[in-house]
Amino acid sequence: MNPFTSVSRFGTLISAGAALLGAVTVPALAQGWQPTKTVEFIVPAGTGGGADQMARAIQGIVAKYNLMKQPMVVINKRGGSGAEGFLDVKSSKGDPHKIIITLSNLFTTPLATGVPFNWRDLTPVKMLALDEFVLWVNADTPYKSAKDYIAAVKKAGPGKMNMGGTGSKQEDQIITAAIEKRTGVKFTYIPFKGGGTVAVQLVGKHVNSSVNNPIEAVAHWRGGKLRPLCVFDTQRIPYKEKMTSTMSWHDIPTCKETGLDVNYLMLRGIFMAGGVTPDQVSYYINLLRKVRETSEWKALMAKGAFNQTSMEGQEYADWVAKAEAEHIALMKAAGFMAGQKK
Amino acid sequence: MEALNSLLQGFSVALSFTNIALMFAGVILGVIIGVLPGLGGANGVAILLPLTFSMAQTPGGQTSAIILLSCIYWGALFGGAITSILFNIPGEPWSVATTFDGYPLAQKGRAGTALTAAFTSSFVGAAVGVIVITFLSPIVAEFALEFGPPEFFGVYLLTFCAFVGMSKEAPFKTIVAMMLGFALAAVGTDTVTGTLRLTFGTATLLTGFDFLVAVIGLFGIGEILLTLEEGLEFKGASARINVKVVFETWRELPRYWITSLRSATIGCFMGIVPGGATPASFMSYGTAMRFSKDGEKFGSGVVEGVVAPETAAHAAGTSALLPMLTLGVPGSPTAAVLLGGLLIWGLEPGPLLFVEQKNFVWGLIASMYLGNVAGLIVVLTCVPLFAAILRIPFSVIAPIIIVICAIGSYTVHNATFDIYMMVVFGIIGYLFKKVRYPLAPLVLAVVLGDRAEASFRQAMLMSHGDMSIFFSNKLVGGLTSLALILLFWPMASGAVALLRNRLRRE
Amino acid sequence: MSEANDKRAALGEKTAELVIAGFTFVLGAIVAFDSWRLGARWVEDGPQTGYFPFYVGLIICFASIVNFVTALLAGKKGRAFVKVGQLKLVLSVLVPSAVYVGLVGWLGIYVPSILYIASFMLWLGKYPWWKALLVSVGTSVFFYSVFELWFQVPLPKGPIESLLGIA
Repeated sequence: MNPFTSVSRFGTLISAGAALLGAVTVPALAQGWQPTKTVEFIVPAGTGGGADQMARAIQGIVAKYNLMKQPMVVINKRGGSGAEGFLDVKSSKGDPHKIIITLSNLFTTPLATGVPFNWRDLTPVKMLALDEFVLWVNADTPYKSAKDYIAAVKKAGPGKMNMGGTGSKQEDQIITAAIEKRTGVKFTYIPFKGGGTVAVQLVGKHVNSSVNNPIEAVAHWRGGKLRPLCVFDTQRIPYKEKMTSTMSWHDIPTCKETGLDVNYLMLRGIFMAGGVTPDQVSYYINLLRKVRETSEWKALMAKGAFNQTSMEGQEYADWVAKAEAEHIALMKAAGFMAGQKK
Repeated sequence: MEALNSLLQGFSVALSFTNIALMFAGVILGVIIGVLPGLGGANGVAILLPLTFSMAQTPGGQTSAIILLSCIYWGALFGGAITSILFNIPGEPWSVATTFDGYPLAQKGRAGTALTAAFTSSFVGAAVGVIVITFLSPIVAEFALEFGPPEFFGVYLLTFCAFVGMSKEAPFKTIVAMMLGFALAAVGTDTVTGTLRLTFGTATLLTGFDFLVAVIGLFGIGEILLTLEEGLEFKGASARINVKVVFETWRELPRYWITSLRSATIGCFMGIVPGGATPASFMSYGTAMRFSKDGEKFGSGVVEGVVAPETAAHAAGTSALLPMLTLGVPGSPTAAVLLGGLLIWGLEPGPLLFVEQKNFVWGLIASMYLGNVAGLIVVLTCVPLFAAILRIPFSVIAPIIIVICAIGSYTVHNATFDIYMMVVFGIIGYLFKKVRYPLAPLVLAVVLGDRAEASFRQAMLMSHGDMSIFFSNKLVGGLTSLALILLFWPMASGAVALLRNRLRRE
Repeated sequence: MSEANDKRAALGEKTAELVIAGFTFVLGAIVAFDSWRLGARWVEDGPQTGYFPFYVGLIICFASIVNFVTALLAGKKGRAFVKVGQLKLVLSVLVPSAVYVGLVGWLGIYVPSILYIASFMLWLGKYPWWKALLVSVGTSVFFYSVFELWFQVPLPKGPIESLLGIA
């Protein structure tokens, strides 16, 4: 007998033993489905944005802790406000080797452009976190609170103050429209390509305010260039670590506290293609649970001041359905629906 | 002098045996990425990010990690020129302008000269960029903040104006070519209103036409078809393959110092703004052609026509790292992935990075100097090797090139449709070249069209449709005026020449 | 076919100019038409979505007409756009390339690349079959290793890769 065969037999034995041991300790992994080839992680947005950063962080964590036997690759499909990515997953019905991270364009893109897809074409896997939105102004301006600022916008007259935001008819513009609706002011909304650009435009005083996500503006806040006025959530952000010499995320009041009753949170969640088996879904749920337990993930959450709400299964699907209904209402009110004349 | 001290400190961080080994590894990897149109710097950086996680946790490891990643970036910048010169196929968008004179040089059998000129100019451009970063970083970062939508439009307008009017073809053919480029750029999502344009209800057109697909088709495939008319071989196969060509080219290069200086200035400006390396290379080529004594010969294979775009592209690519570090705004997709890396390692790009992470920043800057030198050594020693590729028989290399082009087109959007489009563009490129429609304005319009339109419309939103916003302050007014002067320069100088002729005749 | 026949013009330059001008005119018209549908006016907050493409389309149409007329009036009728012999060479590469690209959509990129490179070398290069096989398979294996294994960039794959279990 060839010595090599015996070695490899022995190897098989060991790995079988390990699998057996594994079965005892982590039942969810050993039984059921496992990826058999490279998993594509679709990002329906460009490189460098919030969704992209999160996807690449997950990819890195998975690789570092060896959480998956097969490699995971991040692929950006930003075309048509993300429609490219969603259509790709939609058309891969039953393919368990494709997951997609969503931002609000899961709802807004089909509504605003009429591109035929809906979250119901996909299988919800897990909500990872919710992204906060904060109303920012340049630190050189005199506005100390949302109230001051809204009063100033009112005083300047309709359309005189600029709100910078990411994309058109997406989350930033929806929030702007909601503010306008609550307060009766009128902004001129200027769309830019990415959140980082918006923050820099605000630092350079080319726009008067922005509703940047925390992670997009935090560096400029810490650098003393931007000032947060309020956060569009029902509760304050829980992170109490000091970000500037005087303030932590927790010190930013909610917009409701300052009399501006607008709330908006953006979904950072994972979906798969339609028609996948429950086994396959639970594999990714388990994987993502492990990702969420790592210190790298926790650091990312704190850095971006994310709302760490997480859901799975039916609860998640219900949440998405509710969020969709809210988006339809908001977009209808703002006149952003496809074919709707403003 | 504080900068100098910090820099010396930085060198001591960067100059360890591991870091230098990483530099060479990064550069070689980067060159491979730059050569293959299917791989961008973003791929290379993305693939190594997980690896760098574990690196970043050891002491000083963050610096090693960013050195590795940024050297890939250098390598890719160098590598893009190789296929442009040898096969008229730009491996990266910023090397399109390098094809204009680099490829004709190669056809004349001077591929070695063109490659050496390209690499050396890249080195010079990058070196100027790094020096700017070293000594002017605080001032320069502030300057980038001055740029809002009208200023960006001014920059794009300047690029166009520097470039049009230099075409020697029939004006209406130039117009058709350029406008077709704009039309192609408009396909897809309109960034300002989010509506879909010119997609005719198809999902395949959602993503629009990518610049790389157009360029690979028009230049690469089109050129192969043209070459075929002359028979099944490449011109320029007789290139001398010898390291001596490097030194001979070096003797020639100092003659173009004005062009180098001007191109480096343009590049640094465009990098910091950040307007990007691609427009920088076009703008630099256009101005070099206009102001050079040998302007007439541009396009027929002059060394100066390789020096100008390469210097500018690298100066821009390098100085673009500054706004990335100080403002967190990436100047290119590769920079965007680098930025992601910084964030994941717990470094936060922004105004405080230079204060809080001094060692890291200066280590990075020092590694820019060293990585650039490492890159130059690697690519120059390979010049004979690259030039030798032209000796591979046509019927072996041509199908391989077409396969590479197909892969390159596919990877842009992971769409097979783009491979079909590549062939269509190839046919268009062949036909246009034959009836003398210029391709360069078309390509420039595809690159800048949607960006220029977006900034114009953002500016219009700000001013409520008032055009005077383009003259509302010194900066934007200066940019716009300069653009208009450049646009009318040929007409004005033409009128002067005409007048002079008439006077002489009388 | 005879040598003389190869030097005959397959297409006159004038005809080519006219056809291309007509082609660009049609493209311009399509662009202008679709942009008008989207709204191409200048409203109070600047141009609408279709404003620029609409005028771009119009300019293309206008310039195409100028090019068309110029070509019509120019007297260079006799010049060849492409000679028969040249056209044969060009088509001998273009047609297989088009077939290759068509196959990629169906068979993935690796198998058609092997077929394409091999047939190119066999027919146009007159190489022995073993050399053709070596180069073509080698190239595909090389690209597979670089893209799929090293950089993890997935390229199109077809039924044959699935059979081999590497898809």
